Amino acid sequence: MAGMSLPTSSSESPVSAAPESATFAREQSGGVPLLQARSLFCERDERVLFSEFQLDIHAGQLVQVLGSNGSGKTTLLRILCGLNDSYEGEILWRGQPVEEQRETFLASLLYIGHRVGVNRILTPRENLRWSASLHSPVEDDRIEAALARVGLRAYEDIPCRNLSAGQTQRVSLARLLISPAALWILDEPFTTLDVYGVRDLELLLAEHVANGGAVLVTTHHRLDVPCELHRVNLDNPSERTVVPAS
Amino acid sequence: MTQPTSTSSAVTVSTSAAFVATLKRDLLVAFKRRNDLLNPIMFFLIVVTLFPLGVSSDPVELARISAGVVWVSALLASMLSLDNLYRADYEDGSLEQLLLSPQPLYFLVLAKNIAHWLIAGLPVVVLSPLLAYMLYLPQEAYVTLVLSLLIGTPVLSLIGSIGVALTVGLGSRGLILAVIVLPLSTPVLIIGAKAVTDIMFGLPVGSHFALLGAILALTLTMAPLASAAALRISVN
Repeated sequence: MAGMSLPTSSSESPVSAAPESATFAREQSGGVPLLQARSLFCERDERVLFSEFQLDIHAGQLVQVLGSNGSGKTTLLRILCGLNDSYEGEILWRGQPVEEQRETFLASLLYIGHRVGVNRILTPRENLRWSASLHSPVEDDRIEAALARVGLRAYEDIPCRNLSAGQTQRVSLARLLISPAALWILDEPFTTLDVYGVRDLELLLAEHVANGGAVLVTTHHRLDVPCELHRVNLDNPSERTVVPAS
Repeated sequence: MTQPTSTSSAVTVSTSAAFVATLKRDLLVAFKRRNDLLNPIMFFLIVVTLFPLGVSSDPVELARISAGVVWVSALLASMLSLDNLYRADYEDGSLEQLLLSPQPLYFLVLAKNIAHWLIAGLPVVVLSPLLAYMLYLPQEAYVTLVLSLLIGTPVLSLIGSIGVALTVGLGSRGLILAVIVLPLSTPVLIIGAKAVTDIMFGLPVGSHFALLGAILALTLTMAPLASAAALRISVN
């Protein structure tokens, strides 16, 4: 399985055989990609969002999904997480189908969607405590440190309904700092952040990637990251570009 | 590859910690939104007190209907607060986080159901003797009433959870929740109320409790699984 997983996306599928860097396969990352989508097909309201879609995400890669509104970015992310099962094709985690190892996969996954999963009644601290416990409980001082890093020092015990949209977003992003997950799947994490927040998040993504993690992110924002950036455009799925580190 | 990516250690987190954290979280939300806490109790009190005013103040007549009135009010009070179970979580995205937890969804759903029972079921059980007194329920039936509610109200929370899980994604739900939940809840209502009326006539009630217990055991094992499946569909 591991042997055949690498060439699949480039040689077997004519769609993704783009002239250069058709896949993100990097020899140095050691063969088997963390997450692999093979021949994904998804149709919504009788409109084909993608077909024969291939995606390999290796450890140490930052992948940005681009595409016009309604091109299926969120759908793709939800399919890869397992929140949406109206698709055909195969999704592999470390070379094995995800459905055979759901718990292992979920333990390594951190997803932040459009709706960021922050309860408005609870405080940032309480929200994080719960989110962490769903994966692995963390001590309070790590939560405090995470909140401080996302710029919410002194807001730890204020109900989230009193926070601004950007601050609520930051509460959800603090999860990135306390999670042991290898793969981050983030849906439009930049939308409500101010310029400093954007910069912090970009650095955070680069840091995770440098530590051997992987990030899949959708955003319309022009990412300016100190690491290699791989781009997939859902309007033209066969086109893959790699932007060198800035 | 050294630090954050080791998956094996991440899998070995304890399910009980997630269970307790989810239970605590839901209780905390309810305590912070006092309406959640007060609504079921107030509703229960108001409905039951209206019966002597509307029906009759005759002790004999009230005693005859008292078991049914308390049980129906308990059922409605539980249903009234069902929406809190998943609605807010669905809207703010917490439900997705719940579904993406590596912990078995059965236990997380069970934790939320238990929290709902502690908020909407237990206070009703505790208050029921007081209301039974108002309705002239004979004293020998008090224990039966409380016990039947104690076994029956968790079933109402567990079954109600399936209904909310199925309907949480719908925009306008209207009465659809009641249409799903009420038929499934009626056996508990019938058996529970019957146990109390039977004890008033000096009849044995052991079989009623055996049935209630069996229903509780069945829903405790099956209902959270059904809720979990329904939540997956709703979020899809």
